[in-house]
Amino acid sequence: MSKDIRIKKGLNINLVGAAEQSTTKAVSSNVYALNLQDFYGITPKMLVKEGAEVKAGEPIFFNKNNEEMQFVSPVSGELVEIVRGARRRILTLKILADKEQRYHTSKKIDLQKADPSAIRSLLLKSGCWPFIKQRPYDMVANADMVPKAIFISAYITAPLAADIDYILSGKEAELQAAVTALSKLTPGKVHVSVGNTEKSPFANIEEIELHKVSGPHPAGLVGTQINIIDPINKGEIVWTIAPQDLVIMGEFLLTGKFNAERTIALAGSAVKSPKYYTTKIGAEISTFLYASGVNEENFRLINGDVLTGSKTSPDGYLGFYNNTVTAIPEGDDYEFFGWNKPVFDKISSTRALTFSWMQPNKKYDLDTNTNGEHRAFVVTGRYEEVFPMDIYPLQLLKACMVKDLDEMEQLGLYEVAPEDFSLTEFICISKQPHQQIIREGLDLLYQEIG
Amino acid sequence: MGIKEKLHQLKLKYQGKKMAPAFNALHTFLYTPNETTHSGGHVRAADDLKRTMNTVIMALIPCLLFGIFNAGYQHYSAINGFPADFSVMEHFITWDNFWLGAITVLPLVIVSYGVGLIIEFIFAVIKGHEVEEGYLVTGMLVPLIVPIDTPLWMLAVAVAFGVIIGKEVFGGTGMNILNPALTIRAFLFFAYPTWMSGDKVWVHGAKEGLTKAGSTDAISGETILGYLAQGNTSDFTYSLSDMFFGFIPGSVGETSTFLILLGGLFLVFSKIASWRIMLSAVLGALAMGLIFNGIVEFGWIPEYSKFYGLMQFDFWKHLIVGGLAFGIVYMATDPVTGSQTNRGKWIYGFLIGFLSVMIRVFNPGYPEGVFLAILLMNVFAPTIDHYVIRGNVRRRMKRLKNATILPKISDGKAKELKVETV
Repeated sequence: MSKDIRIKKGLNINLVGAAEQSTTKAVSSNVYALNLQDFYGITPKMLVKEGAEVKAGEPIFFNKNNEEMQFVSPVSGELVEIVRGARRRILTLKILADKEQRYHTSKKIDLQKADPSAIRSLLLKSGCWPFIKQRPYDMVANADMVPKAIFISAYITAPLAADIDYILSGKEAELQAAVTALSKLTPGKVHVSVGNTEKSPFANIEEIELHKVSGPHPAGLVGTQINIIDPINKGEIVWTIAPQDLVIMGEFLLTGKFNAERTIALAGSAVKSPKYYTTKIGAEISTFLYASGVNEENFRLINGDVLTGSKTSPDGYLGFYNNTVTAIPEGDDYEFFGWNKPVFDKISSTRALTFSWMQPNKKYDLDTNTNGEHRAFVVTGRYEEVFPMDIYPLQLLKACMVKDLDEMEQLGLYEVAPEDFSLTEFICISKQPHQQIIREGLDLLYQEIG
Repeated sequence: MGIKEKLHQLKLKYQGKKMAPAFNALHTFLYTPNETTHSGGHVRAADDLKRTMNTVIMALIPCLLFGIFNAGYQHYSAINGFPADFSVMEHFITWDNFWLGAITVLPLVIVSYGVGLIIEFIFAVIKGHEVEEGYLVTGMLVPLIVPIDTPLWMLAVAVAFGVIIGKEVFGGTGMNILNPALTIRAFLFFAYPTWMSGDKVWVHGAKEGLTKAGSTDAISGETILGYLAQGNTSDFTYSLSDMFFGFIPGSVGETSTFLILLGGLFLVFSKIASWRIMLSAVLGALAMGLIFNGIVEFGWIPEYSKFYGLMQFDFWKHLIVGGLAFGIVYMATDPVTGSQTNRGKWIYGFLIGFLSVMIRVFNPGYPEGVFLAILLMNVFAPTIDHYVIRGNVRRRMKRLKNATILPKISDGKAKELKVETV
């Protein structure tokens, strides 16, 4: 049985360059890399030295605050470089892949009979644990905490993001194994939200609470769904995990092997033939980017979707959590009287001589220009139109900016992640960095209250 | 090398220099900057603050043009008498009217923008931030809400006061508590009351003692509210359509309810101004007007009372005379000084309308209340928002009572959990 959730507030950002539903196997990358910034809230401690040979799925570092939590190599090969930044902080681990992949195998366990602590320690050792993120604070889940519920969003509304139903079709067995394991780690439910209850690979999965979601972006963001299904209170923990990561977790539970392979969407108007590729976590982006070709000299490459992804370059590496790589034109050019002439080729949430309201389904080719300068907050009532949570977005942002901890707590900072503010940031007339403000607010709250 | 490249090189040259904000203000006026996203999302919507402010200015232009013609029309009509067979094209939109209006109104506009923008530029350079666009609207509002013959030096002093004390000391655009345009208006009203009220300030030349054609009577021009405040109850020289379309004396841009209504609809349609504030302010004004009409109806107030004239004025007519419509559409909706929550906007707007009519009736010195009502509600807007937001916080606190806070694994209570979950 599914429960229906209808979201009214929001805005769909329809962009040119959606990935065509055909999947190609990307050429394998010479070097794979783990970008440690992906693991929010983790202080790494290395287990192997530079030059060591590792197998795919073999631990290479662990979490300093929880030695059980290990992070594994996505491929087998030689750890060729540990890139360090300021104060010797580890930024990136580069692994030169072997031609023949060798896997580190773990003992399989019987999921139906296994007790929670066995599953927990298996996931922690396997390298699958970091797929689980927790709220509050939007970081890798603290293994010492028990979540009140687990949320998985398989309804995708983010612009140009990979179609979950497409990339996960045929992976039902893996999904079932992963949710079975996860459902034992919480006394609550595993909530899964889908857009279409028949086509979704989750349609026949057991041990979940299925929700049918409809509506514009951010209906597909897990934060929106949590806020409606079972909002987070102070002191509560919920876990979230992305569907594509369930596949890797599920395959590990079924076979004992950590297989970092995933299907990703390469999309965006700067890509000549946007489509899907099968590749591995940490693969160099050029291994599939140039197979599709690029239209532009000057483009922005994004690990993730255009609203929440991080900037990268063709010699960058596929992020740990990403199932989408987007390329859009850079917008580092001036526009003559751009602030007062009628606008037909950009998206707007107003009708102030902007005409995107006339064609809600038109696809736009947006670039990275900010379309204006950073200003103080001036207008009001605009964010609320695209923010479906029961939270006052402007007031919460201001509380974060002035570092008022009480106010941050009371206005619901525990319930949000930076991505929940990606749409308010998109429409912000004052061009304020909402996601950064929320991230800094969460960091402060974590430091002070934990 | 085109102008775009030249300006780009100048921008690089000025980068980090003291005068950079001043240069950038001019540069970004011509070209939206080449700035790209560097944190969070990688794309942004088309609107910025300049576009927002520009939209408000566009909605004000019809009022300005009407004000220019009306200045001439009121002046010549006061001298020569109102035309009996009034026709818009023949008597209103004429070169004479336009010329007289232009030489009286445009200097107000120029002084308002000149003084205000110079102060904005100076503050931007001193504080090293970009010139923010808030004054673009303020500078256009100010000439529209003052009497036609306001001396330019007075206006300059008032603008300086309003921008510095009303806005910059709080941190500039977005930080002010009081609406800067109304702060300027209030400063003029309290500092130079004789220039701001009475029956001699609303028509160009009346203050200087111009006389009617072929007589020794000085011209005067009373606002309808001024007429009513003196206890008169009937026999206007102005018809209902004069009031609605704005062929009446008053501050420069406030008279034409029709054009204000169009401007308001444009602002609501373009989603720049809050329809909640506008609608609730209209409801508030009607409510207070009805109460006063009721008082008259029940005979609770004697006819010789000095409030009788304004109290018996039909409740809905309050909306089409005086500055109420202008204030509701263009100034109550200022997002910075108004209420910021949607629910708060209903309360805020309603009280503005309600208090405007109340002050209008009870103010003995000056029969108009909208600017005082808005300033008063500006002060109370944060309080309204506070209580609205507390509602949300209370809901969250209530939820907290049923929170599922589970023991940590390391507390050793994990065994209990096992029993629960397996």
